Amino acid sequence: MSITVKIPTQLRDAAGGAAQVTADGATVGEALESVFAEHAELRDRLYQDGDLRRFVNVYLSGEDIRFLDGLQTAVPAGGELTILPAVAGG
Amino acid sequence: MAATQLKCRECATEYPLEARYVCSRCFGPLEVAYEHEQVSDVSSLRRRIQGGPQNIWRYHDFLPLEGPQPQTRTGLPAGCTPLVRADRLAERLGLGEVWVKNDAANPTHSFKDRVVSVAATRARELGFDTLACASTGNLANSVAAHGAALGMDSYVLIPSDLEEQKQLATAIYGTNLVKVRGNYDDVNRLCTELSGDRENWAFVNINMRPYYAEGSKTVAFEIAEQLGWELPDRCVVPIASGSLFTKIAKGFAEWIDIGLIAGEIPTMNGSQALGCSPVATAFEQEKDVCRPVKPDTIAKSLAIGNPADGPYALDLARCTGGSIDSVSDQEIRDGIRLLAETTGIFTETAGGVTTAVLAKLAERGDIGSDERVVLVITGDGLKTLDAVRDSFRAYEVDASIESFEAAFAEQGVNV
Repeated sequence: MSITVKIPTQLRDAAGGAAQVTADGATVGEALESVFAEHAELRDRLYQDGDLRRFVNVYLSGEDIRFLDGLQTAVPAGGELTILPAVAGG
Repeated sequence: MAATQLKCRECATEYPLEARYVCSRCFGPLEVAYEHEQVSDVSSLRRRIQGGPQNIWRYHDFLPLEGPQPQTRTGLPAGCTPLVRADRLAERLGLGEVWVKNDAANPTHSFKDRVVSVAATRARELGFDTLACASTGNLANSVAAHGAALGMDSYVLIPSDLEEQKQLATAIYGTNLVKVRGNYDDVNRLCTELSGDRENWAFVNINMRPYYAEGSKTVAFEIAEQLGWELPDRCVVPIASGSLFTKIAKGFAEWIDIGLIAGEIPTMNGSQALGCSPVATAFEQEKDVCRPVKPDTIAKSLAIGNPADGPYALDLARCTGGSIDSVSDQEIRDGIRLLAETTGIFTETAGGVTTAVLAKLAERGDIGSDERVVLVITGDGLKTLDAVRDSFRAYEVDASIESFEAAFAEQGVNV
């Protein structure tokens, strides 16, 4: 079963306008790679020097992946990843 | 207005002044940029400000609003709170000159009225009719009250375990109060997602965040004006997201740049609760980003485990020779007590954090005896009564002189 990746409004233009896309992979990093294979422009928007940009947050089923294993976090089949801007609230 | 555009703090991409908070190229935060002219006649500008209304709209020229100065006697005007010289507090801590900026004296009893006033006014300029926010409590009070005062619908999302006082003082204004099962960071994530789908809602601290944050500069403007157009040497400020902390410095910097005041940005000391101290931890570990934490502290108004402006707060503390410190829950209670006993100001837990950090800096010898220090108190003690419950003794007596005297005699107290 594939993974669902929810795309925030600010990035939808780089994902063909989609609010969510499907991905494959055993980890968060692999899942994102599979998204980049379809939507190359997203890589630059999310990554800098091979890691997530400092103002990009990624959640696995609502949990910030920095509380898990970051990009190495294992993603179960049917899992849901959410990408969101970090700069909100306060 | 002097505001010209929104600009990404990371990559400097520019955007028009609309409801937008994040750079679509790099996800960096957007900030309002201004083109202020150098002041040719300083005393004339000072007189004009002094002749303005007794609220933040006297600083209208430095806020990102288009229209004429907002009607100053409608809505919920914020600001112009007291700056009190606190000699007894200074003496207790062995310091020279301490001032308390008492922002509990705002319409809903916290500094959040400043930021919400600016965000709500800008939201109306941009055509929104609904306000919303993710809140740790003080913002909830303020958004609900501003919605009521301005006749705008509002949706206020809070963590479900928030202090009862803050829930009551939100719901009374007739808002849609939404208690989210989770902590503030969960509430914030939900609101960030919602804001993408509810395009007609002005989330004051999400899609309106660049305007909202500018409201905090008025704390600095007032401090400078109240000190007779002078700068303090040091400010001690609480840190939740880091927005207030960084915008106070921005306020001073803007006025220094245009020549309205002379000097340098004060030494900036940030204050966090030990149970939620991602910025203080990063400061101590000499990191330039914050690792998020799960908050566990009585200072719920500062309980943001994933602080948006953390990196900028770290930069600011370092470049002004300041620090970011944290204090335990017991130190927070002691801080509330210390401020109350020496100044007559009863603050909520966030103010206990700030006061306790001032005490810590004094103890550590970080503060010179000739320094003028401003302690920024952001909210009212009546909002967090549980923090001080059972922390004092009362005498219960019959309505007779005998009983009155016996009660004190029992405790060995002469009256």
